[in-house]
Order: sequence, then C-alpha cells, then structure tokens
Amino acid sequence: MSSVLFDVPGPKTRTRNVYLNIITVIVAVGIIAFILYRFYESGQFTAKKWEIFTFPRVQQMFLTVIGATLKAFAVAAVGSLILGVLLAFGRLSDNKWVRVPCYWFTELFRAVPLLILMMIMYYGLPSVGVKGITPFLAVVVGLILYNGSVLAEAFRAGIESLPKGQREAGLAMGLSKGQVLRIILLPQAVRSMLPVIIAQLVVILKDTALGFLITYNEIIYYANYLGSQGQYGSPVVPAFMVAAVLYVGMCLILSGIAKLVESKMSSRVKIVKVKVGTAG
Amino acid sequence: MNVLIDNREVFLSGFKNTGILFVFSAFFALILGTIVAGMRVSPAPAMRAAGTIYVNAVRNTPLTLILAFFALGYPRLGLPHLDYMFAAIVGLSLYTATYVSEAIRSGINTVSVGQSEAARAIGLTFMQTLSLIVLPQAFRSVVPPLFSVFIALLKNTTVAAGFGVVEAGGIRATLSDLGEPLLPGLLWVALIFVVLVLGILTPLQRYLEKKWRVAR
Repeated sequence: MSSVLFDVPGPKTRTRNVYLNIITVIVAVGIIAFILYRFYESGQFTAKKWEIFTFPRVQQMFLTVIGATLKAFAVAAVGSLILGVLLAFGRLSDNKWVRVPCYWFTELFRAVPLLILMMIMYYGLPSVGVKGITPFLAVVVGLILYNGSVLAEAFRAGIESLPKGQREAGLAMGLSKGQVLRIILLPQAVRSMLPVIIAQLVVILKDTALGFLITYNEIIYYANYLGSQGQYGSPVVPAFMVAAVLYVGMCLILSGIAKLVESKMSSRVKIVKVKVGTAG
Repeated sequence: MNVLIDNREVFLSGFKNTGILFVFSAFFALILGTIVAGMRVSPAPAMRAAGTIYVNAVRNTPLTLILAFFALGYPRLGLPHLDYMFAAIVGLSLYTATYVSEAIRSGINTVSVGQSEAARAIGLTFMQTLSLIVLPQAFRSVVPPLFSVFIALLKNTTVAAGFGVVEAGGIRATLSDLGEPLLPGLLWVALIFVVLVLGILTPLQRYLEKKWRVAR
C-alpha cells in the first residue's frame, strides 16, 4: 500500500531517506534514552527496588493475579460471545417485541462507560440490598454486558452482509428461520467477522484491568500493592513496568493465536470482507 | 430525580471536568495520531518501524495501567510536577492517538490509487502528496471511525476518576462521602452518558458522515 504514495526512490531520495532514517533513529533513541536516564537518575534501576521481584512468594502471587486476570477474561469472553449471538439473533428477529428491546439493549450498553457499569454492579446494587456481589462478578458481568452488545453488532453486520441467496436457499430447502440462522448464516458471518471478533477479545483482555478500580485483585492491583511497600523502596515504577510487560505479552500472544486461526479459516473458503469499527 | 437536583453541583463539576478531559485529549490525540499515521506510511523504514512499535505497544497496554503510571509512577521520576488532570490528559492522548492513527491509516487505504499516482505524476513529493491530495480525502472517509474513537474516548475519561481527577466517574465517591443513595446517583451518571453518546455524538456522526460522504 505504502508504495503507492511514493515512487521507487532515486539516488537523491535514497540519500534523503537515509538521513530521515538516521534522524528518526536519533529522535526515538533520544526519547527512550531520556526515559531510561530519568528512571536511572531517580533510582528506579537500583537493586533495592527490584529485590522484591526475586522473592518466590511475590512471583507466586504474580502467577495468581495473572490467573485472576485470565479467569475474568475467559469467563467474560465466553459470556460476551454467547450474549452477542443471542442479541444478534434478537435484532434479526421478525417479531417486533423481540427486535426493538434487543436494539435498545445493544445501544444502551454500548453507550454507558464500562467503568460506570462495573460501579453500578459493585457499589450501586449492594446499596439497595443486593447481596453477594464480588469484584469478580462485577467485572465479569460488566464486561459481558458491554462486549456482548458490541459483538452483537459485529455478528449482525456479518449476517446482513451475506448474499441474500444464502438465506433464500436455506428457506427453500425447508429449514426453519432459526435453523437458517444457526446452520447457514451464523457460521459464515463468524468467519467474515473474525478480525472484528478477535479485536474485541483483545479489548476484553485489556478491560479486565478496570477491575483495579473496583478492587478486583488482578495484575495492576497487585503491582500497585507492591509499589506501596516502603521497606523495598516503594518500587512503583518497576512494578508498573512488570505489569506492562505482562499485559503487552498476553495481548500479543492472544493476537498471535487469533491471526493463526484466522489464516487457517480464511485459507479454506473465500470470505466476504466487512468493515465495522471496534470501540476501544 | 432528587439525587440529581440535590447534588447538581457535584454532577455539574464532575461533567465539566469530563468535558475538559475529553476536549483536550481529543485535540492532542488527533494531532499526534495524524503524525503517527503519516509516519506509518512514510518512505523511511525507521519511521514506519517507530510508528508501528508505538502503536502496538500502547494499544496492547490497558488504559488503566497507562493512567496509573502517569498518576502514580511519574511523580517518582523527579520531573516537573504534573497535576492529576494534566497527567490524565497526557495518558488519554497517548492512548487515543494510537486508535486515531489506525483509523486515519485505514482511511488512507480507501483513497483510490489513481489519486496518489496522479499526484506523483505531476511531481509532488511524498509530503505534498500526503498533505494536499490523500489526507484531505482520507479525512472524509475517516469521519465515522474517528467518531467511534472519540466516543470511546469520552467513555474512557471515566477511568481517570481512579487517579485523582474529580470527573463523572468520581461522582460515585463524592456521593458516597455525602451519604447520598448510590444506585440512583450512578444511574443518573449512566443516563447522562447515554444522552451524550446517543443523543449528541452519534447523530453528529451520522450528519457529518452524510454531509462529507465521498462519491466514488
């Protein structure tokens, strides 16, 4: 794509590109070096601040909180996919009494900030006497409501982008409307919407971090706790660095797996490409 | 209704700060995102690499962690003091810029090849091709996804409530201190967001989309 915007470089441009490259590298290295220098200057790299990460107990705790993040992600991902399919079917229903509520459900839950949803669950409901709301439950339900609504839109767009003949052929064969949706349309829609669905799964994984704000004991919560340990020099910055590496790593692994699945699936059948934006 | 009327100052100042966060972050994110998008399609490989690394690193980090770093980690670095509001704006801008850059980059892809070929044929340089021919056209097809990014930004501002900024997401804590009923208060906050998103931003998005639609 990018080659369309400029010609094959001639000798002059090549020299200029070399300069551009050098300048970019200098600026980028300069920024990184400045950050690292500030980290060094303010003592973020001293052994004292990193000592805490060498304790087996702390490392075990890191495994536990990674597990907590992944557990919330797994439950929320499965729940969102199921809710998404149900809502998408609802929105495609011929019955007005099913279609309209499903429409408003998706619109509403996409408009409310996820953090506010979690707060309503965690702080709002117990204040009117609902019992047994754990941070985990609040995080997962919030994630499912929001991402289920986003995924419903993706599934619906995918189904509506399919050629009309698919549905008609299914009906002509004597399948019921529900069967046509389930057996014929949904599998094709899922395949064509796979990039969007995967992007949304990465969003779910990242959004589990909101649990920190409603006291769910996940990676950032634990990193913040470590950062407050005064006798180890309050390693706030080192702890956040570890958390960042963990999150970026997990997201990249998830994207990697997703790309693998995607290339496997799309190599089998040619699919219709549809574009729908995901919300961060 | 009473919760809203009795605490109108809390709600007003909360949403005012949300507005400030949103406007400034959107502004800086738009500028930074456009620059990064330009870098990602530039002829210099080092620029492309720098843009790609930035986008991939930041997009895969939770916003909560970025804001936590700027609010809690940054003060330990001995750099000039940032108040919580400014720290949140920096964090939100850096985070949103990656989404803006991706939206603009995909917009650049929708401008037909002939446009940039023609620009090159009359001798325009890469910067001229991009700024005079491609970006003005790309911006039009970018309006809908860009609006989605900004709607996400508006909702994301609530995360800053966890890091010292008294905005819409922090109304809960204030109401809690005042001993007001929490559930109605939170539902009002949610409702105001619904009105802002579904009542103002989404119709505006549809209007601009229609107005600036490119006939191709």
